[in-house]
Amino acid sequence: MSSTELRRTALDATHRALGATMTDFAGWDMPLRYGSEREEHLAVRTRAGLFDLSHMGEITVTGPQAAELLNFALVGNIATVKPGRARYTMICREDGGILDDLIVYRLDEPGAASAHYMVVANASNAQVVLDALTERAAGFDAEVRDDRDAYALLAVQGPESPGILASLTDADLDGLKYYAGLPGTVAGVPALIARTGYTGEDGFELFVRPEHAVALWEALTKAGEGAGLIPCGLSCRDTLRLEAGMPLYGNELSTALTPFDAGLGRVVKFEKEGDFVGRAALTEAAERAATQPPRVLVGLVAEGRRVPRAGYQVVAGGEVIGEVTSGAPSPTLGRPIAMAYVDPAHAAPGTEGVGVDIRGSHEPYEVVALPFYKRQK
Amino acid sequence: MSNPQQLRYSKEHEWLSDAVDGASTVGITEHAANALGDVVFVQLPDVGDSVTAGETCGELESTKSVSDLYSPVSGEVTEVNEDVVNDPSLVNSAPFEGGWLFKVRVTDEPADLLSADEYTAFTAG
Repeated sequence: MSSTELRRTALDATHRALGATMTDFAGWDMPLRYGSEREEHLAVRTRAGLFDLSHMGEITVTGPQAAELLNFALVGNIATVKPGRARYTMICREDGGILDDLIVYRLDEPGAASAHYMVVANASNAQVVLDALTERAAGFDAEVRDDRDAYALLAVQGPESPGILASLTDADLDGLKYYAGLPGTVAGVPALIARTGYTGEDGFELFVRPEHAVALWEALTKAGEGAGLIPCGLSCRDTLRLEAGMPLYGNELSTALTPFDAGLGRVVKFEKEGDFVGRAALTEAAERAATQPPRVLVGLVAEGRRVPRAGYQVVAGGEVIGEVTSGAPSPTLGRPIAMAYVDPAHAAPGTEGVGVDIRGSHEPYEVVALPFYKRQK
Repeated sequence: MSNPQQLRYSKEHEWLSDAVDGASTVGITEHAANALGDVVFVQLPDVGDSVTAGETCGELESTKSVSDLYSPVSGEVTEVNEDVVNDPSLVNSAPFEGGWLFKVRVTDEPADLLSADEYTAFTAG
């Protein structure tokens, strides 16, 4: 545990009253789990879970050239994001290395004179992203504002979440598509209601002012009682995103990798107008990926019960052929699973003879396509 | 949580029973089980293995981490709990009962094992 002072969210006392096990996550004292992380995971898969994600970093970008700035600073084509919609994207260095993966929400009303974006960064990278956006804003008629302290973020995730949220708001949830967001009122509290998440389930993320977080948490807890909603910590959030095959910065993504190395080259939009940071290096990375395929991000499913962890070596025929980036026991599959970067020769689903070196013992693993879990729509 | 009075405890969070028919039972405490989170894999010593007080003799794997299992005493393993190997969640649900780990014929017991009250104070601090 770090000895430096940890930051606490607006819901800190609520978590402690619920008996949460807390953990240091990117300098924040966050709930790891309230009871059994397996029960929390299964609640999100089958009913609903309530998360405090206030550690995420919000950065507001406004002004006449806000879209041009984001098109220059990020690899996606943000200019094509319509009001009320959101986009998964990345910010890269000049050399193409990934600084962070982001969700950008466009918040202005249709027809507004000036665009208004909220960029949501990982807690561990929020300062880096803020600094990069501020630096890259030079010469653009746009303002970059640190809004990390302006928002608390609650998430309701799971198949029961639309019904639970509908009982607390008049907002048109049926009209709110995946990766869309609209301003509204939830339980009497002004909120940005977004249909996003990191669990592989239907669900919502609610950005509210910190002073409203406790009232909203309590209202959601009460509204979800009958549907089986329970509070959920970061431990199950990690296994939920892993089953859904979603990358985590620091595990699957890093400055040492370009989006093409991570199998996410589709987020880079070369066809957009104007230059953007990393264009030249990413053009080369795209060509390299086509001619000399880099290691491929694959899924691994254990035949036994020992759990692979980040950094463990993937082996075949006595050779090291890759490295585990994330691993955990999968509550849905009932077996340990992992994401790993492996040599292309061993990346095809069903490849024989692949194992993970678990503290000296080579445990057999099956190579599978990602994701491990896809919800039925 | 309450630590059974009749057991003795190590600072590595194992518990040890009095010998019955020449063998003492070893498990991990409820405090340790709660700290680990859901236990998903248990590796135990084999019957007949010699274990040494304070040294690792197996491992416990939970969702987030893997932890070494330390033997609280020296001796020879006479039985392992196959139920907990097949269903590691017993460590969480019944750490002092059905979640016991192995039985050992004790040849040497360290003098510094804690009483229930001492262990409770140790984990509170």
